[in-house]
Order: sequence, then C-alpha cells, then structure tokens
Amino acid sequence: MKSITRQKPIEDIQKSLNGLDKIFVVGCGTCTTMTKTGGIEQVEEMKVHLQEMGKRVTGSTVIPTACDDMTEVAMKENEQFIRSSDAILSMSCALGVHRMNLYIDKPIIPAVDTLFIGVEETPGYFREACAQCGQCLLGETAGICPITACHKGLVNGPCGGTNNGKCEVDKEKDCAWTLIYNRLKEQGRLDLMRQYQPPRNHHIVPRPRSVRVQ
Amino acid sequence: MVSRFKEALDSGKFLITSEVAPPKGTNLEKLLHHIDLLKDKVDALNITDHQSSVMRFPSLGGALAVIEKGGEPIMQMTCRDRNRMALEADLLFAYSRGIKNVLCLTGDAVPVGDHKEAKGVFDLDSLQLLMTVRQLMEGQDLGGNNLDGGVEFCAGAIVTPEAQPIEPQLIKFEKKIEAGAEFFQTQAIYDLENFTKFMDYARPFKTKILAGIVLLSSARMAKYMTENVPGIFVPQALIDELSGAPKEEMLAKGIEIAGRTIAALKNGAVCDGVHIMAIGREEVVPDILAAAGL
Repeated sequence: MKSITRQKPIEDIQKSLNGLDKIFVVGCGTCTTMTKTGGIEQVEEMKVHLQEMGKRVTGSTVIPTACDDMTEVAMKENEQFIRSSDAILSMSCALGVHRMNLYIDKPIIPAVDTLFIGVEETPGYFREACAQCGQCLLGETAGICPITACHKGLVNGPCGGTNNGKCEVDKEKDCAWTLIYNRLKEQGRLDLMRQYQPPRNHHIVPRPRSVRVQ
Repeated sequence: MVSRFKEALDSGKFLITSEVAPPKGTNLEKLLHHIDLLKDKVDALNITDHQSSVMRFPSLGGALAVIEKGGEPIMQMTCRDRNRMALEADLLFAYSRGIKNVLCLTGDAVPVGDHKEAKGVFDLDSLQLLMTVRQLMEGQDLGGNNLDGGVEFCAGAIVTPEAQPIEPQLIKFEKKIEAGAEFFQTQAIYDLENFTKFMDYARPFKTKILAGIVLLSSARMAKYMTENVPGIFVPQALIDELSGAPKEEMLAKGIEIAGRTIAALKNGAVCDGVHIMAIGREEVVPDILAAAGL
C-alpha cells in the first residue's frame, strides 16, 4: 500500500509560502520516495527552487517513514533548525503532515497533493486500490473493486457508457464491470453479479472517523 | 390513477415516444414549441436530464411544461447530480404535479460534460433508483419512514442492445426487470438483424421494449456515432447510403432511414414500440413518423 502524491505547481507552493521566509524542508523515505515526489533528490531540487524564490533554507531531512513515530525522532533531531524556521515545507503525503502536527506548532505547508491509496502494479505505474469505503465488496466482485475501478463507483453492474471493455471517461481505462464479469465467469460465480446490491451506507464509521482498538 | 402512458403500455399497441431537451437557460420558447409539435403525435415525451452531463434547465421543469401543455411526460432522472434524499424529494414533487412516468438512469459521467470539476454523486445507481421508486410506491422512503401521501409511477429504464460485451448488460437488464422496470427505451439501434436477436432473448421477460431510433442527419454524424458513442453501431451500408445522397438531401435520407426502420420494427412485430431521438432536430420527428407510415 502506498500513499500516492503529486507535487503541487511551484507557483502554488510559492503562494502558500507568502510571508514565510525561513523554510525547513521535510521529505519521506517511503511513499513519496517511490513516487519521486519527496525523496532525497526532490528535496534537494526543492531547496534550489526555494532559494530562487528568495527563501532561506534552514535545513532539511528525509524521514524514513513520515507517518509513524520516526517523525517524532526526526523532529527532535532537527529541533534547533525547525525552531529558527518560519515554516516546514512538507514533501511527505498528508499523513506525514498530520504526524508532524503532533510534535510541532510551526506552520506546515504541503508541497504535494495526496491523490489516493494505490499499489504499484508495474514499475512506476500506481493504481488506486482501495477507497476505504468501509463495506468491502471484493469477495463478491472477484477481487476487483467497483468503488475504485469504476468511474461512477457502481455496485450493480456496468453503465451504458462501457465500450468494448473500456470506460466512457477514458478509452485507455478498463471498464471495471467488464473485468469483474470476465473474472466471475472464469470462477463460475456469475450468480454474484445477479444479486441486487442495495444503496451503500456512507456512514459506516461517521466522519470524523476514528477507531479505538482495545 | 395510472398514467396515460401506462395505459398505452398495457393496451398492446405499438408505442411511440420521443424526447425533448430543456434549454441552457430560461428561454423555454423552443422547448415549448417542440412539446406543442410532438405531444399529440406520441404516447409520451421524454424530457432529458442534463444530457451528456451538460447543465441545463431541469427535466422536472421540462416535465411540468409537458403537463401544462396537456402532454404525457416521461421524466428522465439520473443519479449523477442528486443523492437519494434529493431524488426521493423530486419524485414526491413530480408526482404531486401530475408527472407519473420516470425513466431511471445512472447518468453519464461528469467529465464528459461542461462542469468537469463537479462532484459526481452516484449515491444510487439506476437499479437502486428503480427500487427506490418501488419503495416510495409502497408508502415508504429509503430511511424506512412512512409517507404521508404516496406516489404511483410507471418506471422504466434503458438497455444497450449493441453493447460489447453484451452479457454484463443483459445481467443488469434482468436485474432492472426484477426491480420493476415496466418499460425499456433502448440505446440507438440500426442493425435490425442484431436487434431482432436481442428481442428473441428479451421477449420472454415481462416488460415492454421500445427500440431507440436516433436520426442520422448526415454521413459524418453516422460515422462519428459508430466510432465514438458507446453502444452504437451503424452498419457501413447505412453510412454508404447517406454518403450517396447529395448534401442537401442527406437529412431527408436520414428521415427515410429512420422511417423505414420504424416501419420494419412495427410490421415485423419485432418490439413493442419505438423511442425517437432527433437530437436537436425535433422539428422533423413528424416527418419521421410520416415516413414510417404512422
């Protein structure tokens, strides 16, 4: 599982940093390294961009995994540099921003947009795998998620926009329900597709979501 | 009281429906003119619901205009723009104002339209919307609460007989019948042989099938549709026939093809009726009917 991100346009980053001059840059050694949006190389590139904007870079670090407790260690290690900064520019996904928020009260400005939770199907190709809907249907849909793989998130079969196994919004994308049909057929389980799926419950865990494990 | 369209469905006659599209704005002149032109020539008139995901005057408003003109509307309702509460509320309002036919659609995807950044809702799908209509007719909303004053709708759906692959569509077609779809208006069909095969399959089901007739106004349009519109296949012979006509006679040729197709469907008792979609050329629908001998 990976948190898939895309770097914001430099102009947008510059706008977010308006009035903030001393910047500490944080990258992540896991997901944003894989997607080349916040690894060592991108952090170094960003430092150059910041200098071009006339900012002062107070320091940088690439936390091994910015969404877990290593973030606390990294924040402590760099405390003096962070304290002298106006803001942190985060090149980790939003989970890293949330984690850093627990330990420091400086403004944390995201340099990347967090797009989706994905898997790397082939090298460099990341596909959304789970929308975390709270009602897993994969057992009934031959392991292909209709919530993420169908543009409309349909649970009762294909829409009329499907065309030769492709989706109406993008001829390059597969129609999820054609894939589900083919796979269920192979498994001899097409009866599952004939079942009526009732409207979904959008409040399985009401927002703001949290779960306490005893 | 059952709808006039439902009575027509039950009468066993060859059914004719057509459609009108609400405008982008509040100038209803053209819409009202099309309603006037067609309301007495068809069993019911569909009013499209932000077709192709292009924001327009609502289908509910168009359906009311048909009622005001003394016509029989089929309100098209997609799941793209409203959650279940809004859909239920609109159904209650529609019924209270005399709209008794509803075509339940999933709806085109948002990015194909003119509000590309809008949220696609799809809280329900076409099948769940059909079930919602059933539940409201039983006096209950989707929250399980009783209604003070119920509804009675004749609910229909769509099917794409030319879809590739066809099997997943047919599974959904059967689910829609189980959900109570009393009629189907199909995506455009041009290949009568293929459509007859579909009807051989569909005939045993207890529902009515109205074949979709989309006017081919030029060879270019025919070619575009067959190459780009999901579920539409225009045989090369028809494209050649249109290409063979002089430019100024292409529309007349398209009308002739539509009329001829309708006549063949009716005379061969292939299906229960036709749904004529002239897409911007509603003026010529009476000519299509004349060409069909209706």
